[in-house]
Amino acid sequence: MKRLPLQRRTLALLAIIVPLLALFVFVAMRSGPLAPVTVTVATVGERSIAPGLFGVGVVEARYTYKIGPTVAGRVKRLMVDVGDRVRAGQVMGEMDPVDLDDRLHAQDATLERAGAGLREAEVQLLYAQTQARRYEQLLVARSTSEEVVGARQQELQVFAARRTAAAEDLARARADRAALLALKGNLRLVAPVDGLVAARDADPGSTVVAGQAVVELIDPQSLWINVRFDQSSAQGLHAGLPAQVVLRSRAGQGLASHVFRVEPRADAVTEETLARVVFDARPAPLPPVGELAEVTVTLPALAALPVIPNAAVQRVDGKTGVWLLVKGSQRYAPVTLGAADLDGDVQVRQGLRAGDRVVVYSARTLTAGSRITIVDRIPGAPR
Amino acid sequence: MINLAGRDILHASGKFVFTGVGLGLLIGVTLTMAGVYRGMVADGRALLDNSGAELWVVQKETLGPYAEPSSLNDDIYRGIRAMPGVSEAANVTYLTMQIRKGQQDVRTMVVGIASGAAGTPGWPPYLVAGRQITRSHYEAVADMATGFVVGDRLRLRRNLYTVVGLTRRMVSSGGDPMVFIPLRDAQEAQFLKDNDAILQSRRRSAENPAFNRAGVPGLLDAVVASQDRNPYVNAVLVRLTPGYSPSVAATAIRRWKRLNVYTRSQMEGILVDKLIAMASRQIGMFLVILAIVSAAIVAFIIYTLTLGKIREIAVLKLIGTRNSTISGMILQQAVGLGVIGFVIGKIAATFWAPMFPKYVLLEPRDSVMGFVAVVMICVLASLIAIYAALKVDPAEAIGG
Repeated sequence: MKRLPLQRRTLALLAIIVPLLALFVFVAMRSGPLAPVTVTVATVGERSIAPGLFGVGVVEARYTYKIGPTVAGRVKRLMVDVGDRVRAGQVMGEMDPVDLDDRLHAQDATLERAGAGLREAEVQLLYAQTQARRYEQLLVARSTSEEVVGARQQELQVFAARRTAAAEDLARARADRAALLALKGNLRLVAPVDGLVAARDADPGSTVVAGQAVVELIDPQSLWINVRFDQSSAQGLHAGLPAQVVLRSRAGQGLASHVFRVEPRADAVTEETLARVVFDARPAPLPPVGELAEVTVTLPALAALPVIPNAAVQRVDGKTGVWLLVKGSQRYAPVTLGAADLDGDVQVRQGLRAGDRVVVYSARTLTAGSRITIVDRIPGAPR
Repeated sequence: MINLAGRDILHASGKFVFTGVGLGLLIGVTLTMAGVYRGMVADGRALLDNSGAELWVVQKETLGPYAEPSSLNDDIYRGIRAMPGVSEAANVTYLTMQIRKGQQDVRTMVVGIASGAAGTPGWPPYLVAGRQITRSHYEAVADMATGFVVGDRLRLRRNLYTVVGLTRRMVSSGGDPMVFIPLRDAQEAQFLKDNDAILQSRRRSAENPAFNRAGVPGLLDAVVASQDRNPYVNAVLVRLTPGYSPSVAATAIRRWKRLNVYTRSQMEGILVDKLIAMASRQIGMFLVILAIVSAAIVAFIIYTLTLGKIREIAVLKLIGTRNSTISGMILQQAVGLGVIGFVIGKIAATFWAPMFPKYVLLEPRDSVMGFVAVVMICVLASLIAIYAALKVDPAEAIGG
C-alpha cells in the first residue's frame, strides 16, 4: 500500500528516462559521421542504346557573295536593300564613273589622232616609194648619182617603219578604249546568282576601296548550320547521320536535318570538331543567318550490352568503377565503360553482368567501410 | 541502504526533469555552436574533396582559386598533362553568382567542369537524383540546397540551363551551394557581359581610329571578334598516378611551368587558415564565451538546487546522517542532472542542426568532450554546494 505511489513515480520517471536514452542512442548512431549512408540501387539491365552527340552551331549561308567594285571609287546608286530578292544578272547598283566618261572621250580623240597619224604615214610612205622608184630609173639613165638614190632608199625604209609604228599606235589606242569600256561596264554591281540581299555595307556617296563589299548576297537555298562538337564527345560523327536542329528562336521545335559533312580541320584552340548540318526541308520562315542552333545527332543503336546510369559511375584510386552490391554490402568493382547516350545511360563492356545490383545515388561519398541503408530515393531529394 | 539521491529526485521529479531540460537546451546550444564551427571547416574540406583533385595549379603568385582570383589560359592543362606523375588534368572555373529562382535569388557557386565523363576532376563525385551532364552545353547539375529540382530551367547570363541532376553537400568554402555547368558555358558566363555592355564596347572600338581604318576593311570585325573571347580558366585540377608523390609532382610543375601549385594539405591550410580564419575565430570566440556561461549557469543551478534543500539537509544532519552520505547525494544529483542535460542537449542539437542554413557538423568527438566537460563542471559545482551543505547548522531544522 505504501510503496505503490512511490512505484508509480518511479515508473513515471522511467517512462521519461528510458525513451530519452533510447532516443539518444538512436540520435548518436543515426546522425553525423557514424550514420549509415542512404543509397539507392539499380539493377543492371542488358539493352541497346542509341548514343547521341550534342553540339551548338550557327546558321550560315553556304554561299555568300560579296559584291563590290574592282577599283576604288564612290558609290553612285544602289537599287536594292537588305531583304530584297535579286535575280542573276540584275543590276543592283552603280559606281560613280567620276572622270571615266571624260577619259573615254579623250581616248576617242586619241584614237582619231592615231588614225590620222596612220594615214599621214601611209601618204608619206607612198611618196617615198614613188621617189625611190623615180631615182632608180634616173640612175639607170646615168642622170643622178648613186648617193642620191641611196638617200631615197633610206627614206623609203624610214617611212615604212613609221607606218608600222602608226598602225601599232592605233591598235594601242583601240585597246585602251576597250579597257576603259570594260572598266565602265564593271562599275555596275551585278548579281551573279539568284539570291537575297543580306547586307548593304555602303550607301550612295560613300567611297569604297577596291574589293570592299557594297552589297552582300546570300543564297537562301543553301542555309546550313556550322556546328561545333566537343572533341571528347564527337566519337562516331560522320556525314549522313540524321540530326535534330532546335533554333534558339523556336525552342522545343526540332527540325529534321542531317550531317552534310564533317570538316577535315578541327578547331585546335577550342578543342571542337566542326561539322555542317543541312535541313531536310527548308524551314518556312528562313532563320536569320547567325542564329544559334542546338544540334543533336543520333547515332545508330548499338548492340545490347549491360547498361548502367552514369550517376553510378565513380572514380576511386584512379580507377573508374561502380559500387556493386553483394549480400547487402558494397564492393568497389572497376569497370570498362563503352558508349553513352544523352539520357545518361552508359554501356559497361567489362566488369558487370546483367542482373548485378549497383549503387546509383548516395547521400555521401561511399567508401568500402561505410554502412549503407538502401532506400527508394535519397531523403530530401525531390523526384 | 536507500539511495538518498534517488529518493530526493523521485520526491521532486518534476522540478528535476524540468531543470534538466532547461540545462539540456543550454548544452544543446553550446554543442550546436561547436557544430557550426566544425561545419565551416567541413565545408572547406568538402570543397576540396568534391573537386577530386590532388594538386591545384593556379596563376603564379596567387592563392587561387578559392582564396584569391586566379586565371590561366585554358590550353595550359595540355602541358601539365604531360608532366611526370600526372594522370589527369582538367580545367575548372569557379564563379559566385546569384541565380534567379522564381521570385527570389539563390546565391550559388557556378563551377565549370571540363568535358569528359563522370569521374573527371571537378565533376560532382556522387548524385542524389537525376544524372550527370551528357551534353556539352546548357545542362546543369545543382546542389539540393539551391532548391532546384530535376527538370527545372535556370538562367545564367543569357542562356537557359536544364537541371539534369542533383547532388548534396557540394558547397563553396562560404557554404554557397554549387551549380555545375559545362566549362565552355561557364567561361562564357564568367566573361559575358549584358548585351548593352557588349554593344557599347563595340561602339567604343568602332570609334577608336586605330581599329576602324577606312583603308582596312574587316579590321574592326576582327578586333570585335577578339574581344568576345574568354580563353581563361581559374585553375587546373590535377590527379596523380597512384603512388606518385604530390610534392615531387608539384615541384616539377612549379619549376618548369612557372605556375603556383598547391597540394591537398597546402590547400586545406589556405582554406582553413586564411579564407575562413576570421569567421571561424569569431565563432570560436563565441563558443568559448558560451561554454563559460553555460558552465556558470550549471554551477548556479546545482548550487541553488542544494540551497533549496538546505532545511532537509539540516534535518538529515539532525538525525545523524553521515557527511559522506549527504555529499554523495548532492554529487549524484549534480551528475545526474548533467547527464540528463547532456542527453537532451545532444538530442535537441541533432534535431535542430539540419534546420540551419549552413552546414552544422556535430562530431562524436565533440560530443564526448562535451560530455566530459559537463560532468566535470557538475562535479566542481557540486563541490561548492557540498561545502554549503556541510556548513549548515543542524539547529536550522528546528529554528527559522
